[in-house]
Amino acid sequence: MSALTDLGVAAIRDGVRGGAFSAREVAEAFVGAVEKARGLNAFTVETPERALTAADLADADRARGALKPLSGVPVGIKDLFSTKGIQTTAGSRILEGFEPPYESTVSANLLAAGAGMLGKLNMDEFAMGSSNETSGFGPVVSPWRRSDGGNAPLTPGGSSGGSATAVAARLAPAVTGTDTGGSIRQPAAFVGITGIKPTYGRCSRWGIVAFASSLDQAGPMARDVKDCAIMLEAMAGFDPKDATSLDLPVPHWEANLTSDVRGKRIGIPREYRIEGVPDEIDKVWERGIALMRDAGAEIVEVSLPHTKYALPAYYIIAPAEASSNLARYDGVRYGKRVAPENGNLTEMYEATRAAGFGAEVKRRIMIGTYVLSAGFYDAYFNQAQKVRALIARDFERVWAECDYLLTPTAPSAAFALGEKSDDPIAMYLNDVFAVPASLAGLPAISVPAGLNDQGLPLGLQIVGPALDEQGVLDAALALEERAGFTARPEAWW
Amino acid sequence: MVSDYRIHGATGEWEVVIGLEVHAQVTSKAKLFSGASTDFGAEPNSQVSLVDAAMPGMLPVPNRECIRQAVRTGMALEAQINPWSRFDRKNYFYADLPQGYQISQLYHPIVGEGAITILTDEKDESTAKTIGIERIHLEQDAGKLMHDQHPSFSYVDLNRCGVALMEIVSRPDMRSPEEAGAYVRKLRSILRYVGSCDGNMEQGSMRADVNVSVRRPGGELGTRTETKNVNSVRFIMAAIEHEASRQVDVLESGGTIVQETRLWDPDKAEGRSLRSKEEAHDYRYFPDPDLLPVELGEDFLAECRASLPELPDAKRRRYEEALGLPPYNAAVLTAEVETARWFEALLAELGDGNAVRASNWVISDLFGALNRLGHSIEDSPVTPRQAAELLRLIADGTLSGTLAKQVFEIMLETRQDAGTIVEERGLKQTSDTGAIEKVIADILTANADKVAEYRGGKDKLFGFFVGQTMKAMAGKANPGVVNALLKKALG
Amino acid sequence: MLAPATMSVDAATVRHIARLARIAVTDAEVAALAPELNNILGWVEQLQEVDVAEVEPMTAVIPNRLRLRGDEVTDGGIRDDVLANAPVAEHGFFAVPKVIE
Ligand SMILES: [Mg+2]
Ligand SMILES: [Zn+2]
Repeated sequence: MSALTDLGVAAIRDGVRGGAFSAREVAEAFVGAVEKARGLNAFTVETPERALTAADLADADRARGALKPLSGVPVGIKDLFSTKGIQTTAGSRILEGFEPPYESTVSANLLAAGAGMLGKLNMDEFAMGSSNETSGFGPVVSPWRRSDGGNAPLTPGGSSGGSATAVAARLAPAVTGTDTGGSIRQPAAFVGITGIKPTYGRCSRWGIVAFASSLDQAGPMARDVKDCAIMLEAMAGFDPKDATSLDLPVPHWEANLTSDVRGKRIGIPREYRIEGVPDEIDKVWERGIALMRDAGAEIVEVSLPHTKYALPAYYIIAPAEASSNLARYDGVRYGKRVAPENGNLTEMYEATRAAGFGAEVKRRIMIGTYVLSAGFYDAYFNQAQKVRALIARDFERVWAECDYLLTPTAPSAAFALGEKSDDPIAMYLNDVFAVPASLAGLPAISVPAGLNDQGLPLGLQIVGPALDEQGVLDAALALEERAGFTARPEAWW
Repeated sequence: MVSDYRIHGATGEWEVVIGLEVHAQVTSKAKLFSGASTDFGAEPNSQVSLVDAAMPGMLPVPNRECIRQAVRTGMALEAQINPWSRFDRKNYFYADLPQGYQISQLYHPIVGEGAITILTDEKDESTAKTIGIERIHLEQDAGKLMHDQHPSFSYVDLNRCGVALMEIVSRPDMRSPEEAGAYVRKLRSILRYVGSCDGNMEQGSMRADVNVSVRRPGGELGTRTETKNVNSVRFIMAAIEHEASRQVDVLESGGTIVQETRLWDPDKAEGRSLRSKEEAHDYRYFPDPDLLPVELGEDFLAECRASLPELPDAKRRRYEEALGLPPYNAAVLTAEVETARWFEALLAELGDGNAVRASNWVISDLFGALNRLGHSIEDSPVTPRQAAELLRLIADGTLSGTLAKQVFEIMLETRQDAGTIVEERGLKQTSDTGAIEKVIADILTANADKVAEYRGGKDKLFGFFVGQTMKAMAGKANPGVVNALLKKALG
Repeated sequence: MLAPATMSVDAATVRHIARLARIAVTDAEVAALAPELNNILGWVEQLQEVDVAEVEPMTAVIPNRLRLRGDEVTDGGIRDDVLANAPVAEHGFFAVPKVIE
């Protein structure tokens, strides 16, 4: 039998249920893997005792015949989720040492479902980044390496980079991520795993450190589609504490999962063919199209005319919201304080925020402050919100022609750490395919679909209509079954 | 009517233009966006939720009652109610503002244009003037800073932080400190009738930002200054007076008025510039992405309207037209909701037929006594029911005016009922002719000489005999009966 | 790339924005930030091409109605939790450098 750390959520859950192994054995295996993998810098905090306690509880529950949906399943939690009594930093030094007296709704849901917490996962600072290089605690390293012998450390993508590395390196069977403009999907694609961003409002934002409130959505990252369905079922649900939470029952995504997509119409948006994107991306996209056709789906060419404006609109709206959401980090109630010798309140604010925030966070706060400032509101923010409405309308119209969209997840495979960090816009372009669905609040998933010439994973994205996570998961499963992606990084760390 | 209030400067007359932004604390148990209590005077930071403290990841959820009260207030001011409104963020840094922004309403306030009619002279309906209301919006109150507790620190208490405020913005329609005073008193009265704000200015439940500018009568509007957080009618009027004459001095000595925020110092009775706190305000308002638009349904609006009480103007009209009260009485009795409530409880006992008598008694006797004893009408030692009994005893002749006053004094001290006092102390007025005739007989014999003079034509001696009789009867004799019997006895 | 008045952020503007955002910036940072912000702002300028005449700005990402809370006291009384992470707290208050009003 393969190592316990090779098992996914479903296999662990069923194995514990059937008595093939104990939850304790599983937890110990993953705790050991986490310890051995510190070189990847995936965790900001390790909580082995939490994982082991939850495991013992699961074994006891099994003895009582009172197993919960995720009993025996250890998970990693992105450090954007507030965890009661455990340091929560959002990847920022400004929150170093902050121990929330509360638990985010999503992580609380997972724990209530019987999951155990292995630790907090490293990430781009305040989820602002696509390579994990903006983390205040150092970049996460991808477990993948180029097959050409070049051992340059690669990015796992971002902002959920620690989450991506943890799953790909078999440090956790599943993890939480958050996606504001691709932060679940792009890293999932970079490390050859699956990650879904549900419809905006499916998962409560309560207790998740806010980046851009109108875009932030939590979602799972795991080894395959089924594990994502299981995780999402546990994470999602109405929360009266979040005014934007959707008051809807949580569907039985796992039970209803099917790879039968015969007769489904898969839309291929012409505007997603953009110049400058390497052939390997077109190739894997063509492969995905062929696989879906082979699965009995009908392929239709469609148009989303305002696609090219999604990224610029996003880079006005997200920084604007962030500039306001991050105003609370002022050194008064929690986190870092830098108070210059007999300096006044304003000097304390300025010194604290200058020392506590990294360069990219400062850049986005500045952009957001600028586009909201006197005289520019209409030209920038209001214009962007109108363009956003047009982008959402593009999607609404396209659903008349197709059931789902199939696109690449990212415009490239994983790149080397440091390769793009000096060019903000080049970095932003990582999310060119992910951002439109974020602006429209639509469910979107990334599935590994192949390797490039350097042996690095490439992902494909499936986007569906609001609330149709089921259809998105089904189409993703069809793709997964046919893509037969089995590659994994060997453990060099 | 047009105010003739003018400042007589060295170079001629100046007109004052005044607009008020009144912050009224909404009456609610919990805060606007959190479940923490709004009670006044609790231990520091004991009424603070994780939302109020702006902990990472905390989210606002609006309190229905606060929205309801703002809508009812708008309806009471006959203002336009906006069925679609939304909350915006007003971004600025200050130690009393944990979020780094105040959730407020700039672009789409919940209440639009309305109006308030004021009387600069309560007794004179011809002094009526309409003051325009521009808008009412809902917003969060800030926390409190204490500067005098520590040599190098200011202390922050977030108990008030997040309490719901209505900002009621007037048009610049006022032209004198008196009009501003009348406006605030009238607004306060309406809010208290509606029950949307307790109007307690001492506790800061009502504060005004006072916008003042001066101009040549009827001329171009001048640059205005804003004096923040003035918390009494008296201070508001004083602040306007001082600020207006300060501006006139500046202008007449060739200076210009800077648009600035000012502070009123009640102790020094002077205003001062707050430019220290001024620097580069750019609030970067934008819709709060944590909240959806506020959409008010028909049922919600109907309930708000149905729950409105009779308002001061309507009540005053009814007192004059239906109850026949003199305008002054009607004005005085409707100014405060508690007074009207007390008066109507009294009428419920006596019947509307006695409204005029009752109103006179309340305004002269009751108010007189309450002022003397330093009581407000809510804690009056005499209840409406007790007062009704007293007035009945006067009406049926059991008590003369003088006796009634005695009995009322005893009621105030002992809180006993009038009837009991009359019985126990035998303060009943008597019409017992036998007893009175006997007294008269004695007096006539004791004053035979005066009787002779009277009979001799010295008619004015009659009053002497009345006085003697009343004195002998210890004031309890019915004056009418005494007169009749004396006439008879003196022939 | 069209470059209307909304663009070209100079050092003074960077300092003004940094001040609004309460972030202290060194001269070196200002010098670095000005071109960076200009590049990004220049890049987002392309939004001005889009005809939005008949479009309302998006208000809700997913159609949803604002829910209102009942007026009950359900929170507070957790001063220790509120102050637990404060860099400086004294006598039940947060403490900040003295503010002179
Ligand atoms: Mg703050
Ligand atoms: Zn205000």
